[in-house]
Amino acid sequence: MLAKVVAELEKTAKDVVLGQIEAPDDDCLMIERSRIKAVCRVLKDNPACDFKLLVDLTCVDWLGQDERFEVVYQLYSITHNYRLRLKARVPEGESIDTVSDVWRGALHVEREVYDMFGVDFAGHPKLTRILMYDEFEGHALRKDYPLKKHQPRVPLRWPIEPKDDPPYNWTRFQRARKLGLDDD
Amino acid sequence: MSEPRQDPQVKRLPDDVMDIQLGPSHPAMHGIIKLDTKLSGETVVDMEVSMGYLHRAFEKMCEHRDWNQNVVFTDRLNYCSAAANNCAYMSAVEKLAGIELPARAQWMRVIVSELSRVADHLTCVAASVMELGGLSVYLYLIEAREEIYMIFDKICGSRLTHSVARVGGMAYDLYDGFEDDIERVFALTRKFMDQGHVMLTRNRIFYDRMRDTGTVSEADAIDFGFTGPVLRSTGCAYDIRKAMPYWTYDQVEFDVPTGERGDNYDRYLIRMEEMEQAMRIVEQAIEKIPEGDVFVHDYKIFVPPKKETYNHIEGLIHHFELVMNGPQIKAGDAYFAIESPNGEHGYYVVSEGGGMPYRVRARPTCMPMTMFFPEMVKGSMIADIIPTFGSINMIGGELER
Amino acid sequence: MEPLWQAIAALVKIAIIFGFGMTVAAILTWQERKQSAAIQDRIGPNRAAIPGIPFKFWGLLHLAADGVKMIFKEDFMPANASKFLFQIAPLVAVVPLILSMAVIPFGGTVTLSGYEISLQVANLNAGILFLLAFGSLSVYSSVLGGFASDNKFGLIGALRTSAQMVSYEIALGLTLVGVFMVYQTVMLDEIAAAQAGSLLNWGIVAQPFGFLLFLAAAIAETKRAPFDLPEGESEIIGYFLEYSGLKFGLFFIGEFLEVVIAAMLITTLFFGSYHIPWLDWAAVEVWLNGLIGGAWLPGLITACLMMGVFVVKVLFFCFFQLMVRWTLPRLRYDQLMAFGWKLLLPLALVNVVLTALVLVIVDSL
Repeated sequence: MLAKVVAELEKTAKDVVLGQIEAPDDDCLMIERSRIKAVCRVLKDNPACDFKLLVDLTCVDWLGQDERFEVVYQLYSITHNYRLRLKARVPEGESIDTVSDVWRGALHVEREVYDMFGVDFAGHPKLTRILMYDEFEGHALRKDYPLKKHQPRVPLRWPIEPKDDPPYNWTRFQRARKLGLDDD
Repeated sequence: MSEPRQDPQVKRLPDDVMDIQLGPSHPAMHGIIKLDTKLSGETVVDMEVSMGYLHRAFEKMCEHRDWNQNVVFTDRLNYCSAAANNCAYMSAVEKLAGIELPARAQWMRVIVSELSRVADHLTCVAASVMELGGLSVYLYLIEAREEIYMIFDKICGSRLTHSVARVGGMAYDLYDGFEDDIERVFALTRKFMDQGHVMLTRNRIFYDRMRDTGTVSEADAIDFGFTGPVLRSTGCAYDIRKAMPYWTYDQVEFDVPTGERGDNYDRYLIRMEEMEQAMRIVEQAIEKIPEGDVFVHDYKIFVPPKKETYNHIEGLIHHFELVMNGPQIKAGDAYFAIESPNGEHGYYVVSEGGGMPYRVRARPTCMPMTMFFPEMVKGSMIADIIPTFGSINMIGGELER
Repeated sequence: MEPLWQAIAALVKIAIIFGFGMTVAAILTWQERKQSAAIQDRIGPNRAAIPGIPFKFWGLLHLAADGVKMIFKEDFMPANASKFLFQIAPLVAVVPLILSMAVIPFGGTVTLSGYEISLQVANLNAGILFLLAFGSLSVYSSVLGGFASDNKFGLIGALRTSAQMVSYEIALGLTLVGVFMVYQTVMLDEIAAAQAGSLLNWGIVAQPFGFLLFLAAAIAETKRAPFDLPEGESEIIGYFLEYSGLKFGLFFIGEFLEVVIAAMLITTLFFGSYHIPWLDWAAVEVWLNGLIGGAWLPGLITACLMMGVFVVKVLFFCFFQLMVRWTLPRLRYDQLMAFGWKLLLPLALVNVVLTALVLVIVDSL
């Protein structure tokens, strides 16, 4: 099956497969970063591959290596009952194409990878933090993020701005904030 | 047609959409999750899910513990089926290390993960029924679940956080009289499930609430990355136990129920049937489980018996090495997935060699379901949020890890 | 009858019906817990105790504990609540219900030292219409409560309540038309008196269909499961979301009062009120007169017996409503509306037409 998949990939684009990686049981391909979306499109739409299910998308931080981040795609073909793992290397500060328009399921896992590793997915419609709050500094799953790092305090966010018109009764906290009392 | 009379004194009441936040603290959001909902009357116009209230840095912590210690974190992912998570994580590590388990350990993993499937489905069905107002059925099913937890209590000493698995086997063997307990508890579970069927399955109110609500099509479900009962309710029979049998699932007979419409009622029926099938698997497994040990006899992987540790220097050293440094796993990566009660629960483990993982990634089973929840309820009524959210079985601990 | 005695008799009757209603409503809170516990294989409340006494009175002391808790809880009011409406809503929940109990007869007419006394607080000629009018007043409590508390969930609850109550009151009123046609009156004491004698005189025999419709509509009016959408504790929490302490307690008691009143109405209209089939209370009184004699005793004993029969029937229907509440899940909003308008209302109309037809045929025979 792996040979067939590789053949299909080579048919559409030359040299996208940088190599095969030995892994127990699972077949694993290293893909060139810039072509990842085209590869995924082929893998999903080509009936010979038919990887309709994006099982998981994650990232491994290889701190100290040239291309630091390794984005890992776990694919599954229900019709062929076959698992395939794709890997693509992303250097720090560069971006990789999003696959969220191939599988919509990638929308939120890519957000998580962005949140945890700071990998930029180009073309993602809403690349915001998903697990952490917006003011979080750094990316928690990077290897250079210390386990017990403390985060700075975040100023209190109000869902509603206190209104000025008299019948609106401010809560005690809103009034305090209006008067600038709780800026610590 | 004449213009309606406009009284300048009368201020027009706003009829635009109302923003309402369901959660983070809301009786129907079983974890802590916030649904920013836009309502037009009672109809849901738009919804956005925001999560992150329960993030506990599971993956980060895993990188700083040895392979065996991480098992207690996996307990706390989907806490309704902790044993299945333990076994899945350990099987991923064993796959990476190339360890072949003895048959009894594999059978035992099947047994505990099927037991936890029954417990998980009981919880899920019970909770979603409770939110529909049927508190009585909730307590019936929870009573059955409690009995299953008591079996786990006897196996491993804790009701909820089992930690039954280790690298290279199981930490505990089945106890004497396990078969009798299973027989008694399954009889009880079936009794309570029958009561649930009587009170729910043919109940007109329940049927109307569940049928054709929270519908998702098969193509959408696959595209979103749904697995488990929610995917099977759409008609796609993807079940890893059948597709790629792991452990000893190829030696037992069971059916994979699928639905037709992909709605809440199908999901409910599938869960009820899967419990029946899980009990069937356990009953077969009890007949087929061989005698022997539940761990590999490799002191580099699994701690030697206490007799060895106390009486032989070899055993002592191995014990010390395993406790202090953890089992040494060769470099590489592996992905191992089980059909957890909620869907495909996979672990992607990366090792640099050594006693600690370089990276552990747990596939959050309910995350696709939760994040695409708006697609399932848009256009339906606010009351439909409740059974739909119950039927996707969002578990906060697993969603945000 | 002398005015003084008249006044005393009226006060005693008020005390009886008020005390009865409130007591049953309070006991229902205990019964609901105990009954649901029995349904669900639990034990139910059994902790509250008087210090020094080991006997727990089957958990009944939880009533007192609840009362104390509600009185001493913080009386919270949201910052932007409409103060006056917020305060008045719980009162509106309870007062009309208590008033509406005035027209319900809890016994027939007895003779006490020569005076004829009917066991009914106010024998209004509007009869049950008064009750319906005051029953529909209680919708204001939930609407005002939900609206005044400046909470979106409360507002949704209030909207649901108003829609539900208005829809089901129509069905409720229409199902009663059949009863009026059979008994040719709207006065509850006359309806009750007409059900004396044979079992065939009971409303359930004359209006079996009407009874079922009335039961459904009445349970919907009490806003309890399966019609507890205004509360809907798992989806919108309810119109009394922002209430705490005694104000919440009033809503709580109001809900149980509605259950009691619904049970009283069902008993009065369909289950022979204070009558036992084939038993003539007047004959009982005469027999007792011959047996023990005296000016007071025979009348008093008869009154107590009649009230006892009434209470037993009412308690049975309270039990029945709790049973329904703990068995069925909740309807959805559109299903509730469809049930009310598309099923109950047409069936109630059909019931009226059928009753009329049957009456005409019976008359012409």
